[in-house]
Amino acid sequence: MAENKPKEKDVIIKVRGLVNGFGNKILHDHIDLDVYRGEVLGVVGGSGAGKSVLLRSIIGLIQPLEGVVEAFGQSTLGDVESPEMRQLQMRWGVLFQEGALFSSQTVAENIQVPLREYTKMSQPLMDEIADMKLTMVGLPPDAGDKFPSELSGGMKKRAGLARALSLDPELLFLDEPTAGLDPISANQFDELIKQLQKSLGLTVFMVTHDIDTLRAITDRIVVLVNKKLVVGTIDELRKNDDPWIKDYFSGVRGRAALASEDLASEEAH
Amino acid sequence: MTSIESVSDAPEAWFKLDRDGRKLSMGGAWTIAESARLDRELDGLDLSGTGEVSIDASKISKLDSAGAWLLLRTRRGLEAAGSKVSTFAIPELYQPLLKNLDQERKTEPHRSRIPPGFRGRLYRIGRATTHAGNQSVSMLGYLGRVTVETGEAIAKPQHKMRVAAMFHQVEETGINALPIVGLLAFLIGVVLAYQGADQLKRFGAEVFTINLLGVGVLREIGGLITAIIVAGRSGSAFTAQIGSMRVNEEIDAMQTMGLNTIDTLVLPRIIGLVIALPLLTFYSDIMGLIGGAFMCYFQLGITIPVFMRQLSEAVTVNTLLVGLIKAPVFALVIALVGCYEGFQVERNAASVGMLTTRSVVEGIFLVIVMDAAFSIMFSVLGI
Repeated sequence: MAENKPKEKDVIIKVRGLVNGFGNKILHDHIDLDVYRGEVLGVVGGSGAGKSVLLRSIIGLIQPLEGVVEAFGQSTLGDVESPEMRQLQMRWGVLFQEGALFSSQTVAENIQVPLREYTKMSQPLMDEIADMKLTMVGLPPDAGDKFPSELSGGMKKRAGLARALSLDPELLFLDEPTAGLDPISANQFDELIKQLQKSLGLTVFMVTHDIDTLRAITDRIVVLVNKKLVVGTIDELRKNDDPWIKDYFSGVRGRAALASEDLASEEAH
Repeated sequence: MTSIESVSDAPEAWFKLDRDGRKLSMGGAWTIAESARLDRELDGLDLSGTGEVSIDASKISKLDSAGAWLLLRTRRGLEAAGSKVSTFAIPELYQPLLKNLDQERKTEPHRSRIPPGFRGRLYRIGRATTHAGNQSVSMLGYLGRVTVETGEAIAKPQHKMRVAAMFHQVEETGINALPIVGLLAFLIGVVLAYQGADQLKRFGAEVFTINLLGVGVLREIGGLITAIIVAGRSGSAFTAQIGSMRVNEEIDAMQTMGLNTIDTLVLPRIIGLVIALPLLTFYSDIMGLIGGAFMCYFQLGITIPVFMRQLSEAVTVNTLLVGLIKAPVFALVIALVGCYEGFQVERNAASVGMLTTRSVVEGIFLVIVMDAAFSIMFSVLGI
């Protein structure tokens, strides 16, 4: 299994005995997880299984009931606005589901917020960096002057990604990056993340529902099922006996089978 | 303040141009933490007239996109200054990143859509004027539509009138507003009596405080204060309710189901408020007079029977009616503006807040304008 990977792998996020829940409902029951440097980790699970809660408790937005969460060897628990957290926050970028762009600022200003806050860059350099990030995520240059309300859903996500990348983070958190995008935009977004991940050497922690995304870009997959985690590559998980996991991945198998059938019939003609 | 420079432990980035200007070497960590300093120092680099340059970046130990951008910018700067970059050495590891950034088109300068200076100001004034014009036209159109629908509703009440929704609005905007309107009207009565008594005492005409109070509260202040409270309380609520329905696509859902949004959302609110506001105004008049009587008793020693007798001499039923006749008009204006602005909400949360504010401001503005118009009309008619 994936946990038995060689020891020399650099653990960038370490979760131990994490318990999350609301009221009487327990979402995560003592879960453990390691995220290695340079990998793309996909998190899947049914609606309400606590995927976003897992992400939020790792980045410190939700305080877990129990357990230890460390990023870069430092605990992420406690006050999310504390100075210690700030140092961590400079090393990671977060893309929220709807982009979470600041609506009162233009896209370029949005991208410059972390730069302005955490660096001593001059305004011209910040403008250049914002332009560069916009091109990196595939937005046209005039998008920088627009307000978030003038952008489509896909463009908002790209702009959100540009903002998440503005401090050149080592670690990127993505919350359902392709949800609500059409398949073509979703494919492009997958490609974009893959390409950025390669060229910038990012570690990516991604919550997603999208099987295509999982297949296209993740190295390992974490499945949240029955309040526990099942970790593995897509091929390992396909062999898993859990009914939910079986159901989930049989879709992939079905589609793959369908695709090969189509191919065969085309050849026959 | 924490800055990324202060927490970085990466080795310092450096660059060096040979004495003859033919070789530019770079090394260290070219990262975002170093980029502010590098940017300043690179700006000071003299790039002109070197002819041919070789860039040796092979000693760079760490490169991120900010650093890569500075590298590329320097190379482009050299090329733009007429130098030829003969070789460009960079560690294998960072070649994909650099290639990735380099294939993008060169950045174009930002162009603001608003020209600077006097022309910009003129542009803004023009834009605001056309916006105000468009808004008035569209509001007039809206008023027309509401009028037609109201007419139909009165002609065929069994089809169009949503009685339950209407009375819900009466409760919401009228009955639930009783405590706040009552308290404020009472306090206004107290203040008016106190200030009036203070001034009139100098002429020994304290008793005329009651005339001031009666005419002031019944004709003007009772109605105005109630309308302003209701504009703030219910006008804003109308905009926020209808606006958030727009954000949630509820309005779209209603329209696709064939529900008339004017019938279902606007008419109950307008008719509800037109019923509630005159009642509320009457209540507010009474509370204002009670406040005044209270103050007269404690400040001037005027007993309630004396107060009543003086009041009946000072005001007639007409005074009360003049105040009350304005209330349905105020109600119409407030409800119309509140609903209209609600329908202007775009599909984002920020616009709900913006238009709610606008609805309150416009509602109060129009109420006061209407009040002034009534004053002029009454004085022309000699009422």
